[in-house]
Amino acid sequence: MRRFLDAVGDAPRGVRIAGLVALALLAYALPLLNPPIITTPESDFRAVLFTVASYALVALGLNIVLGYAGLLDLGYVGFYAVGAYTVAVFGSLHGNLPFPLLMVLAVCITTASGLLLGAPTLRVRGDYLAIVTLGFGEIIRLVALNSEWLNGARGITGIPRPPSVELFEIPRLTWEGWVAYVDLGDKSVFMKFALLDATPYYWLTLTVIIFVLFADVLLQRSRVGRAWEATREDEEAAELNGVPTFRFKLLAFAMGAFVGGMSGALFASRQGSINPEPFVIQISILFLAAVVIGGQGNRWGAIVGAIVVAYLPERFREASEFRVLIFGLALLVLSNFRPQGLLPPRRRRRVNRETDRKQQMEGGVVHG
Amino acid sequence: MAETTVDRAGAHRAESAPLLQMQQVTLRFGGVVALNEVSFEIHRGEILGLIGPNGAGKTTCFNALTGVYQPTSGQVVFDGQPLGRRKRYQINRLGIARTFQNIRLFQNMTARENVLVGADAHHRTGVLNALFRLPRHRREEAEGHRLADELLELMDLGHRGDDLARNLSYGEQRRLEIARALATKPKLLCLDEPAAGFNPVEKQRLMDLIRRVRDMGNTVLLIEHDMRLVMGVTDRIVVLEFGKKIADGRPEQIQNDPAVIAAYLGVEDDES
Ligand SMILES: Nc1ncnc2c1ncn2[C@@H]1O[C@H](COP(=O)(O)OP(=O)(O)O)[C@@H](O)[C@H]1O
Ligand SMILES: [Mg+2]
Repeated sequence: MRRFLDAVGDAPRGVRIAGLVALALLAYALPLLNPPIITTPESDFRAVLFTVASYALVALGLNIVLGYAGLLDLGYVGFYAVGAYTVAVFGSLHGNLPFPLLMVLAVCITTASGLLLGAPTLRVRGDYLAIVTLGFGEIIRLVALNSEWLNGARGITGIPRPPSVELFEIPRLTWEGWVAYVDLGDKSVFMKFALLDATPYYWLTLTVIIFVLFADVLLQRSRVGRAWEATREDEEAAELNGVPTFRFKLLAFAMGAFVGGMSGALFASRQGSINPEPFVIQISILFLAAVVIGGQGNRWGAIVGAIVVAYLPERFREASEFRVLIFGLALLVLSNFRPQGLLPPRRRRRVNRETDRKQQMEGGVVHG
Repeated sequence: MAETTVDRAGAHRAESAPLLQMQQVTLRFGGVVALNEVSFEIHRGEILGLIGPNGAGKTTCFNALTGVYQPTSGQVVFDGQPLGRRKRYQINRLGIARTFQNIRLFQNMTARENVLVGADAHHRTGVLNALFRLPRHRREEAEGHRLADELLELMDLGHRGDDLARNLSYGEQRRLEIARALATKPKLLCLDEPAAGFNPVEKQRLMDLIRRVRDMGNTVLLIEHDMRLVMGVTDRIVVLEFGKKIADGRPEQIQNDPAVIAAYLGVEDDES
């Protein structure tokens, strides 16, 4: 596994880019290919894909906060909820803004809520942050639950969808064993946003993910990313070497909220209706699990983690009752055998390689 | 040799105000008086040694003048300005950089990245500049990398740039801390026992390096336990004992100062 990852990492730039493009194309094609084994026999594969993409987006946002800046945010679902409710409130309940505008509004409001929450709490040290964010996530849900203005437990319906541009129809494959048939009776319309077929939502989310990935790379390889990581490594040393750590922590928090809000907004639109119920603390923990399982500080790890957290339970529905138990066990195993996560940052993998080499040399097995 | 450096420091003193003044600085931790009305000056271009037995308050002195702790009373004046309630990163940007007695690198970042973080102290690239790779980002990135390569080379770490800080040897880590501090372009470089744990050869080599850093135009405040070493490299020495300054002068004066001899009597010369 590690050797494979290193080979990927060491491949020439051109090969890597070609590989990524192929991967992206495959990801776009998944709902049409409906490949056996991968597809989910007991639930709508397209809906599952959208959920996985939502989680991946959230995990990318949380990875900035937790993986890069090292801030333990236990209430990330709060931002997700703020994004979702913004779209619902201003698109249906108390307004009828069009979806693109709602998206912008959702992002602005979640970012603002991130700044509002971060400004007082990021000045104090680590442990408090975990507690305050935990509270934030719950408070958002409780406010939604108890506020008449937000329709309380009844929730909000009639949430607008993105404007559909119905250009053409794309047939999908159905499989009988290993033989694929083109199913002309079950086509996806490009791009018709509707309740039944989640494919356009999945494509939209995937596109957002790709943009976020680009931004993530560009930020990480800059003063901003270095400042985040320095803060994570040793806040005081960073500060004494000229890093305004508070400002950068707040920035990480705001960026995380931004991405989380986008995901929440897409979720609300896809559902068409929302209520406070899904925004429980367990979801925060799942988000967190995605980042930790994947490998904090690695954007690809965050995506892999999201797949583990959101896809596997759907694929193995039989076991979904034991979902939390299985996660608990998996985390235990992982923390014992691979504490840095499935896909730790490349640089950290290099440490492991180095350590291995040292151990080998100390063991007397010297080779080149 | 010692004479000429002293003369040069003296010449600087005549032509400009001190770079840093500790003015009656007192720092209490509950009942412990870690610094007791300590006053001294650092002059531009000199290497000032700060010595004293363990627990004398040397590190606390660094903490007071880098903003880690606020003095209980008294003040620190740097380059003509009182530090007041400035934040730590602001004090760094004013021109004070330091290393730590216990190495505190960004362990999971590469050696070069560690130095780049220091270089970034004077950069202003933010999200927009980074996202769109605007000219500021490119200019600052190029400048930072140039500086980092230069400093890694200076600290004899040229071949280690891409290695994680945690994979460097102990001595390399100590030198990387100095490189990181220098990258912030300080007017005053504060080194907290940079040679702790070194063997005599390594120590001598480090002292040569420190002298070279000074000759490049830096002012250095050096905490070092090894008396002989301090004598060889410093222009002036301040001695602390139990949080009080007990002596301040040229190395040969310090060497013969009865109070210093008393303070060091029974205390081994090198505790590292
Ligand atoms: N953060 C702190 N809290 C309480 N006491 C401290 C703290 N830092 C230093 N001290 C005390 O101040 C005194 C001076 O310590 P220090 O400056 O580290 O000495 P030195 O560096 O000269 O060995 C010691 O008695 C130490 O215990
Ligand atoms: Mg000390």
